[in-house]
Amino acid sequence: MEVWSNVFSLALFTATIRSATPILFPALAGIFSERSGVLNIALEGIMLISAFAAVVGSYYTNNAWLGVLCAVIAGVLTSLIHAFMCINLRADQAIVGTGINILGAGLPSFLLLKLFGSQGISPIVERIHEWRIPILADIPVIGPILGEQSPLVYISLVMVPVSYFVLFKTPFGLRLRSVGENPHASETVGVSVFRFRYLGVIISGVLAALGGAFLSVSYLAQFVKLMTAGRGFIGLAAMIFGRWNPWGALFACLLFGFADALQAAAQASNVPIAPQFLRMLPYVLTIIALVGAMGRANPPAFVAKPYEKA
Amino acid sequence: MENEKNRKTSPLLALISPTQFILGVLLAFIAGAVFLWVFGESPADAYGALFKGAFSSKRYFAETLLSTTPLIFGGLAVALGFRCGLFNMGVEGQIVLGGMAAAYVGYAWELPLLIHLPLALLAGAVAGGIWGAIPGYLKAKHRIHEVITTIMLNYIVFQVAAYMIAVGGPMKADNELPVSPDVLPTAQLARIWEGTRLSGGIFIALIFAVLVWVFLFKTRLGYKMRAVGLNSSAAEFAGIKPGRMMVWAMFLSGALGGLAGAVEVLGVHYKFYSTFSPGYGWDAIAVALLGLNHPVGVVASAFLFGVLRSGSITMQAIAQISKDIVLILSALIIFFTATNQTLRPILERLTLRLDTRRAK
Amino acid sequence: MYLEMKNIVRRFPGVLANDHICLEIEKGEIHGLLGENGAGKTTLMNVLCGLARPDEGEILIDGMKVEFGNCLDAIKCGIGMVHQHFMLVPVFTVTENFILGNEPRKGARIDTARAREMVLELSEKHGLKVDPDALIKDISVGMQQRVEILKALSRGAELMILDEPTAVLTPQEVEDLYRIMRSLQEAGHTIIFITHKLQEIKEITDRVTVLRDGRVVGIVRTKDVEQVELARMMVGRDVVLRVEKDQHAPGEVMMSVKDLRANDSRGLTKLKDITFDVRAGEIVGIAGVAGNGQEELVEVLTGLRKQESGSITLDMQDISQLNPRERMYAGLAHIPQDRQRRGLVMNFSLVDNFLLGYEDLKPFARGPMLDYREAEKFASKLIKMFDVRTPGSQILARTLSGGNQQKAILAREFQRDPKLLIAAQPTRGLDVAAIEFIHNELIKFRDQDKAVLLISMELTEILDLSDRILVIYEGEIVGEFKSGQATPEQLGLLMAGSKKGQM
Repeated sequence: MEVWSNVFSLALFTATIRSATPILFPALAGIFSERSGVLNIALEGIMLISAFAAVVGSYYTNNAWLGVLCAVIAGVLTSLIHAFMCINLRADQAIVGTGINILGAGLPSFLLLKLFGSQGISPIVERIHEWRIPILADIPVIGPILGEQSPLVYISLVMVPVSYFVLFKTPFGLRLRSVGENPHASETVGVSVFRFRYLGVIISGVLAALGGAFLSVSYLAQFVKLMTAGRGFIGLAAMIFGRWNPWGALFACLLFGFADALQAAAQASNVPIAPQFLRMLPYVLTIIALVGAMGRANPPAFVAKPYEKA
Repeated sequence: MENEKNRKTSPLLALISPTQFILGVLLAFIAGAVFLWVFGESPADAYGALFKGAFSSKRYFAETLLSTTPLIFGGLAVALGFRCGLFNMGVEGQIVLGGMAAAYVGYAWELPLLIHLPLALLAGAVAGGIWGAIPGYLKAKHRIHEVITTIMLNYIVFQVAAYMIAVGGPMKADNELPVSPDVLPTAQLARIWEGTRLSGGIFIALIFAVLVWVFLFKTRLGYKMRAVGLNSSAAEFAGIKPGRMMVWAMFLSGALGGLAGAVEVLGVHYKFYSTFSPGYGWDAIAVALLGLNHPVGVVASAFLFGVLRSGSITMQAIAQISKDIVLILSALIIFFTATNQTLRPILERLTLRLDTRRAK
Repeated sequence: MYLEMKNIVRRFPGVLANDHICLEIEKGEIHGLLGENGAGKTTLMNVLCGLARPDEGEILIDGMKVEFGNCLDAIKCGIGMVHQHFMLVPVFTVTENFILGNEPRKGARIDTARAREMVLELSEKHGLKVDPDALIKDISVGMQQRVEILKALSRGAELMILDEPTAVLTPQEVEDLYRIMRSLQEAGHTIIFITHKLQEIKEITDRVTVLRDGRVVGIVRTKDVEQVELARMMVGRDVVLRVEKDQHAPGEVMMSVKDLRANDSRGLTKLKDITFDVRAGEIVGIAGVAGNGQEELVEVLTGLRKQESGSITLDMQDISQLNPRERMYAGLAHIPQDRQRRGLVMNFSLVDNFLLGYEDLKPFARGPMLDYREAEKFASKLIKMFDVRTPGSQILARTLSGGNQQKAILAREFQRDPKLLIAAQPTRGLDVAAIEFIHNELIKFRDQDKAVLLISMELTEILDLSDRILVIYEGEIVGEFKSGQATPEQLGLLMAGSKKGQM
């Protein structure tokens, strides 16, 4: 029992927040894309490419924030491929997404060898350090959990109310959601389906890129082959579990983040369970969560359906 | 009746599928060349080294066919899923699990050859099949998109596999390496080409391509699966049970994936280790898509990817270009095939126009 | 001249949808646009409202040439369209649909209070009551149509295009619509009214342009022309406007439905203890506005949906616990409402489509295999018997015309030699020739002492074909009539929910 009490400490909750971030970004990314009617299973690939771009940027400029900028640019470019294929060419969105995921596995590896002459991992680069938020950091319990985290963690948390406001309170959000629910209706009132779907996918690319950058230049300080380890997909599961709503997604991400933090803490404390089984925990939980979420979750009506002008 | 005069047909329409295949390959190679050029590599050198590595000697060519073998199984697995409207992204996991089960039967049981080998193969198929049927069931029963569940199940299998051969793991061999004991000779697939590693697995793969073709297009169950895949609502109206078909399709798809792993373990490595598949399960998606989910197309595109797989190793050694260029080409091929739905009507129209002109 | 469309050409792959169409609309008139399904009416109007660009031709408003790149351009020129399939977002409120694309703002936000007021003001002004806070998916189609009309008016529509607006309405709601149209006309609006129903043209329009096969075949003043002439123009030959049907004495009870209760997928009760019989040699028509439980009824009868309680008997056999396939074998055949979605597998060849439901039966099933030689024989037989126009049996179903697709379904279902046929909206979207064909087949079927349950939103179809008519409203049978006893008005009132006693 000794070891288990080591697992459940305040540090576990600090780690929960930190583990939730790289799932929360793709979850929010998925919401923007799917609310506009474009299925985005490409998030995993976008995250990988962005994570790599962040490391490259940080490596050459010695500035991790410029690395984040590179990640965002890479994320937008990758999501533009997705948008172009899905929106202009009306391709099968699940298949295009898979293509991008495979690209996300191959492209960084190719460039690793090209740029750094290495296979699998990049050199260590400058990373983004945690911020200590005055006042907040000094509050007991909350302070240690929330007071000293990576700025990207704060950005992800702030993005939850921001996304909610944008989607549900602004004209932009109304239009974005309308093209995902009935694009024909949008077109007849002069709301361009193409424009809003593109915007949805691009915003999605930016958010996924931040998630990738968090992993490579904040959580770690290097790129590791396939380092996202399915987080793009877990983010999608969180989006579904949260019913395509940012607050719901946050809740789901905290749950998954907790599972991830728990297994890491348990491994570190040498609990008598094989580490491989501990590592399964987030994936098993994702499936269980999906079983629980289904039946009450309704995706946007026109998600994954290409729109063709009359 | 409306527009009856516009409804034409032409024997040339049969040529569209091969055309799409060739177009897909060509465009991917061209786009790949541009990509290499952008990053300062010589496409000619790269492709040269690639084809050299795939064809230039008996041993190289045998390696190409060796890679083709699991890709045929994997491609058939993905294709069978697609035919029933299901996207099986879990083939990689099914390969690993199939290999694991086949290896276990192969080293742990002592049986005569005629029973041992088929039983080991069967174990691989059943293990992969059950692993595939889970997302099928979750889709049928709970409407959970199979893409997420198959991916999650992959990660779970990878951990199971790592556990099995880790220190103290149930399948760990008595040595320093994270591998299983060697498969007994009675469960090994015979090598069929002197001086190479090529096993009889390639023939088993081809036999299964024929079997899948017969299954899909000549049997009742295959017919029902295709009906569900193309229009599950209409199938349901005709009294077919879409949920049951989905579970079956995912079982069979997973079983094919499991066989890919079993044949790889029993025919190439003779033991199980967690990274024995270099990502055949991912290539399998491109193989199926490029092959238009048809067994004949799958065999053709599996061979293409076999060339890429075996050639890229030489390419990396000679030209210092990462063998992961295969993944990039694979992605490009997938992008191209994703537009098939949009492209096909255009090709059909062009063909018809061509045919009318020819008729004149 | 208020509006002129000159030589409009619009091509689709392999089809000339609009072939040099000229249309002239005078200010303040109600102009009918008459034509069969597929005549090019909707395509022409999509061009006019900016949804589609013409390949050739021009549009003039008050003599000035205009070009519409998108719907907004058309809206700016005062053109508003109420589409046949409403252009509303089901999960948005009335207000949200109303303001979409034109949102009042307060800072970065939508000014919800102002938006609500706008809806109420306009609804007051035109005397069209709507609930601004209701979700579209929760209100009736008639109400949805009002929202559409108001939406167009709010954007300053001078010219209002109504595309088949009566198709989904009860006779009373149609009367309401006419009233709205007349008051709009009085207020100075111009209306283009699209329909394929002659009687409606006679009733409401001032002038009418008739389209056939993408061409204008006539422009007339409505009061100068008889329905028969309009029909001839529309179809291109003389048509019998009434279905020829002899009396036929019904026999034994073939299907008996007792106290049937069922929920929809959201768990709401959609069928409330329905009881009725269908006899051999009888066509029983179920009249009702869409969404009153017809879909659930068909699904429960065919076994696709579980009933909560009640029983279904087919020829003395209780089938209420059987699955769809077992019911099919027990003698139930079914022409589904949506042939593209449920009747055919569009990317299957005709042979494969004919096999649906036969694949486990002799002679097609041979062990686990399918005998395609038998299937081919079967297919050629059906193609011949039902005159399905196709280049061959290997042709994909999607390449056939709507009429031929429906013939293929009919052929397949009749071939089961069923005791009872459920026909849901069997002629929706078909042209006159195909409708005639299908009506005659249904009557022939009845004359062989078979039972037919006809479900249709088209009152004329119900009246023409049925030997007995049941009216369904909110999941209850609210009225029953023998053929010839019911007037459209009576049925309409019942369909709209006024009980028999209150008539």
